Amino acid sequence: MNAAHIWIIYRKELRDALRDRRTLISSIVVPTLLMPLLLFGVGRLMQRAVAEAREDVPAVAVLGAAGAPTLMSRLAVDARVRLVPVPADWREAIAAKRLRAVLELPERLEERLRAGEAAPAIRIFHYQGELKSENGARVAERIVTEHRERVVTERLAARGLGPDAVRPFEVRRENVAPPEKVGGNLFGGLVPYFIILLCFTGAIYPAMDITAGEKERGTMETLLCSPVARVDLVLGKFLLVLTGSLASMFFVVASMAGSALLGGVLLFGGPVPGAAAAAAGPAGLVPGALPTIDPLGLAGVFAMVLPVAVLFSAVALTVSLFAKSYKEAQSYLGPLIVVVLVPGMIAALPGTELTARTALIPLLNLSLVCKEMLSGSWPWGYIALIFGSSSLYAAGALALAVRMFNREDVLFRS
Amino acid sequence: MIAAHGLTKVFRDRRRGEFRAVDDVSFTVEPGRIYGLLGANGAGKTTTLRLLATLLRPTAGTAEVAGRDINLDPAGVRARVGFLATSTALYGRLTARETLEYFGRLHGLAPDVLRARIDLLADELEMHAFLDRRCDSFSTGMKQKTSIARTLVHDPAVMIFDEPTLGLDVMAARAVVRFVRACRDRGKTVIYSTHVMSEVEKLCDVIGIIHGGRLRDEGSLADLRARHGETDLEEIFVRVVGGEPAPPPLLPPR
Repeated sequence: MNAAHIWIIYRKELRDALRDRRTLISSIVVPTLLMPLLLFGVGRLMQRAVAEAREDVPAVAVLGAAGAPTLMSRLAVDARVRLVPVPADWREAIAAKRLRAVLELPERLEERLRAGEAAPAIRIFHYQGELKSENGARVAERIVTEHRERVVTERLAARGLGPDAVRPFEVRRENVAPPEKVGGNLFGGLVPYFIILLCFTGAIYPAMDITAGEKERGTMETLLCSPVARVDLVLGKFLLVLTGSLASMFFVVASMAGSALLGGVLLFGGPVPGAAAAAAGPAGLVPGALPTIDPLGLAGVFAMVLPVAVLFSAVALTVSLFAKSYKEAQSYLGPLIVVVLVPGMIAALPGTELTARTALIPLLNLSLVCKEMLSGSWPWGYIALIFGSSSLYAAGALALAVRMFNREDVLFRS
Repeated sequence: MIAAHGLTKVFRDRRRGEFRAVDDVSFTVEPGRIYGLLGANGAGKTTTLRLLATLLRPTAGTAEVAGRDINLDPAGVRARVGFLATSTALYGRLTARETLEYFGRLHGLAPDVLRARIDLLADELEMHAFLDRRCDSFSTGMKQKTSIARTLVHDPAVMIFDEPTLGLDVMAARAVVRFVRACRDRGKTVIYSTHVMSEVEKLCDVIGIIHGGRLRDEGSLADLRARHGETDLEEIFVRVVGGEPAPPPLLPPR
């Protein structure tokens, strides 16, 4: 191994890559601009849609209203709903969003209740999946439930009993997790998922360009004529791919952090929403404040990602070297993105825990340990095991890349 | 000097099975001489030259190139060889100067030596006008000059040319031929593969006719003419490779 050769090759590849607009745009510029836009833009849109749905006073119609004058008078004065007459085509009206929900009351409801008969169910018709219709159904159900509770209270009172008779105690939940732990649990699955994706996409573009791209352009043979050992050639190229992978991750995480800061100022009038939560003390979150991410946890995530970035870079290099052209390399590496994302998805599923077995599964182990670190817990034994096993996989992949560069049938595949 | 002894290269692939691209080829090229490797497409020319440049490893046999054994010291061979082929392209995003600097550094040239060498090559090949322009904007001629300078940057003792005029226009091809001759005149050992008879007649001191991976005949143009009783090289070539393939059957008359 010749360090000077590796350095010469790395510097040339870096200069070449920085002049390659296609690679720069796809691996750095687009994700840096797109990710915050995607995260915050989509989040903001969803927030607005939910708020709009909640502000909407749902139009509700009632079938069988004649049998329940008391309930009807309550519905009529309740500001949470707007009572409208039942149209003949009420099912279509719900589908067409002219009506949010329809209540179907059993015949002679109140008369039967007074007689102490067991009343059949009240049915609420809504359009599942349509946000405003579901909200209308929820409001209507709440009003009917409140009415039922009043009926119960009246019945109890008639027998000389208070409401405590059916509700002897209350149940309340209290949060003890500090905001960064809440953030860790909320973002723990998401952050490594993004980082894995970025590391991989950041690696594949330069990898394709300096292997399959070089073969296609005919410069690979020129380079092979030089007195450089193949292992130096691989390592110089590998370092460039690793640089691409880490740079892509760094730029996007920085741009996301910047957007979060800016978003905090714009949305909440303060620099970091979590700061308000932290100021409120460890007792819990200020209502409406966003959970924060522990910076130490984030540093841990970056450290654990390093061997995975090495693994990705070596795999991307090996796979794209095998391809005859840039296009062929794209068709090999494109589907791999999905494969890379699956362990992250599994880790995000509730109930997937860090165990000695899952600690050995590449990518899944990273996602799981990141979740732990971001929520403030540091299982050092597992951290060592995961770092060690990831480094081992990375070394294996790098050895495979070197082997691939020594294969004539791969280098001169035509 | 180049001395090949029983060079053999066998490729294995799923479709064709075992395929002997080069079969027991031996020849010698002296310094200050041009050895022309003449053969049709697929005859084994490129594989032979790739073996000599250590891009491929021989299945059997060996060769000594500029005093180094291709099997024992491949990096040493590459350090003493300049290899130019149609398949050795330039980095489009680097300038001509950066290209020469890159390969010069890989050959271990000291910065001041490299600078002087680039100046000298740019003078000789008249490259100053485009030395600091990116290669992707070059005309074919500029590319050819830059490639030639790239093969010469480390002043190799042996030059290997694999069909270097393929796809070039007349003027660019003539420039290449002139350059090959200049290499010989400076005492370099030159091996030149082509299927163009006129280039061989103009350039080569010794001609080796290769067909089906085997060296079928060898000698100077005068030797070959005398041996086959024929003055036209094309006719000699056809005779050596065992005649022309049968023409396709004529269409039946309507």
